[in-house]
Amino acid sequence: MRNIAAIFHKELKTYFTSPIAYVLAAVFLVITGYFFYGMTVTFSNECLYYMQYASRYGGMPALNLNQQVIRGMFGLISFISLFIIPMLTMRLYAEEKRSGTMELLMTSPVRITETLLGKFFACFSLYAVIIGLTVLYQIILGVYGHPDWGPVLSGYLGTLLMGAAFIAVGIFASSVTESQIIAVVLGFGALLLFWVIGSASIFTRPGAGKIFSYLSILTHMLPFQKGVIDTQHILFYLSFIGFFLFLTVKVIESQRWR
Amino acid sequence: MIEVEHLSKYFGRTTAVDNISFRVEKGEILGFLGPNGAGKTTTMRILTCFLPASAGTARVAGYDVFKDSLEVRKRIGYLPENPPLYNDMTVRYFLEFNAKIKGVEPKQQRSRAEATMEKCGLQEVKETIIGKLSRGYKQRVGLAQALVHDPEVLILDEPTIGLDPRQIIEVRQLIKELGGEHTIILSTHILPEVSVTCQRVVIINKGKIAAVDTPENLTARLKGSERVYVEVEGPVDQVEQRIRQIPDVTAVSVESGGNGKRNGFFVESKVKADVRSQLAAAITSSGFGLLEMRRVGLSLEEIFLQLTTEEAEG
Repeated sequence: MRNIAAIFHKELKTYFTSPIAYVLAAVFLVITGYFFYGMTVTFSNECLYYMQYASRYGGMPALNLNQQVIRGMFGLISFISLFIIPMLTMRLYAEEKRSGTMELLMTSPVRITETLLGKFFACFSLYAVIIGLTVLYQIILGVYGHPDWGPVLSGYLGTLLMGAAFIAVGIFASSVTESQIIAVVLGFGALLLFWVIGSASIFTRPGAGKIFSYLSILTHMLPFQKGVIDTQHILFYLSFIGFFLFLTVKVIESQRWR
Repeated sequence: MIEVEHLSKYFGRTTAVDNISFRVEKGEILGFLGPNGAGKTTTMRILTCFLPASAGTARVAGYDVFKDSLEVRKRIGYLPENPPLYNDMTVRYFLEFNAKIKGVEPKQQRSRAEATMEKCGLQEVKETIIGKLSRGYKQRVGLAQALVHDPEVLILDEPTIGLDPRQIIEVRQLIKELGGEHTIILSTHILPEVSVTCQRVVIINKGKIAAVDTPENLTARLKGSERVYVEVEGPVDQVEQRIRQIPDVTAVSVESGGNGKRNGFFVESKVKADVRSQLAAAITSSGFGLLEMRRVGLSLEEIFLQLTTEEAEG
């Protein structure tokens, strides 16, 4: 436990002493902020339009802040995560191997799993902080509107779970190479594949299609955005994380044998 | 303290370490001397649990490096050839981090880091980012990293590489002070380095141990040994027998031929005894033809020739 904490602290410190955390957070905020503004303005225009429509012809369509703004925001956040997470994870093992500090970690009385968990939670915490910045948008919505807070909370839960799954894939990509560039390309490629793999169900046989759509990271995210917390999806993300962390441990172990 | 038995390591088809065995007693400073690519680093990496051995066993403080690797790692401090440093950390944070992961009690982490910086002369650069330090300081931070948890065993791979002459003397002095309390293995390809710091030397070449001795004896052996090559016309067995009868000859080995009439022999003799005239007399008086005779170096000397025998300038 103490070792995990030591690695955790070291990794977080590295994130914040290098500009990478600040740059990624800034880019993330600019993009989400741009879309947030667009979506809220569109929504309020629609409200205005339908209010005039209702006063003239009667009958108001059901406009829903959660559906039209918040759900869109979560979709956007998960999409941007696809890009920023490989950039957060690329360093974690590739850099240790390139600079030779892997030799330090491997000859210290620290288990491979302890190093891995320290790195994983450090990256996850940074991700959570970046995601946490978007709470600002929810506050703005809460001040000027009446969103249903349930789906907001479940949306954050889903985003964090999905982010953790992305991080597991990213760390695995970083563990197989010494090059950060290769790590980011592999990580992004794998994530993109898991993102779109559901659409393979269109052209495969029904049986196989089910498997593909089950593997899709996106399919398991949608219920959370709608406000549904289903243990099946939580379990999917947890086993997904577990699987990739396990693979990483095996990769690191096998590198000693060469 | 350290027991290595029949250790081998293969990388694919190449053999990096070939069936080596040696022991290091508690408090001893052992030098690992050999040219580049001799297998020094590989042996050290096996001892520090970074690489598993292909065959054989190694024990540190009674623990097997493979089975009880965690126990071994608690007890060793290791300075690899390229010091493993995080370039974006300050010296102080780096050493505190090392104290943490090497199992120093939380209350002592600060004081251990402080004491190690003092010992390694890092006081002035405590708060400097490691990436901005000079090569010599980086090497010292690397050494401090190996010392911070006060390990029983220190394994230092080329500890004086990249240092200026004054720093080299300081580091050697430091290593000598550490001996006694700590068991130390250090590798080098610089001959005078071992004679200054080590009590015992293992000479390793092409993965094999060529000699184990004290630095004084090795130097004596190097300077005083005699080896002569002779080519003789005559039957192998008889010639060999005749040469063996010469008093000062210690060993004879057949080098070439064996079935023909011309045969080559390597004749080794006692230190400082020149047997050449006796040899020539013995061969010719027995009726064999002496075709060639020349002095050759000992195989140990061949290894030494590849070593750096003089201190580098600057």
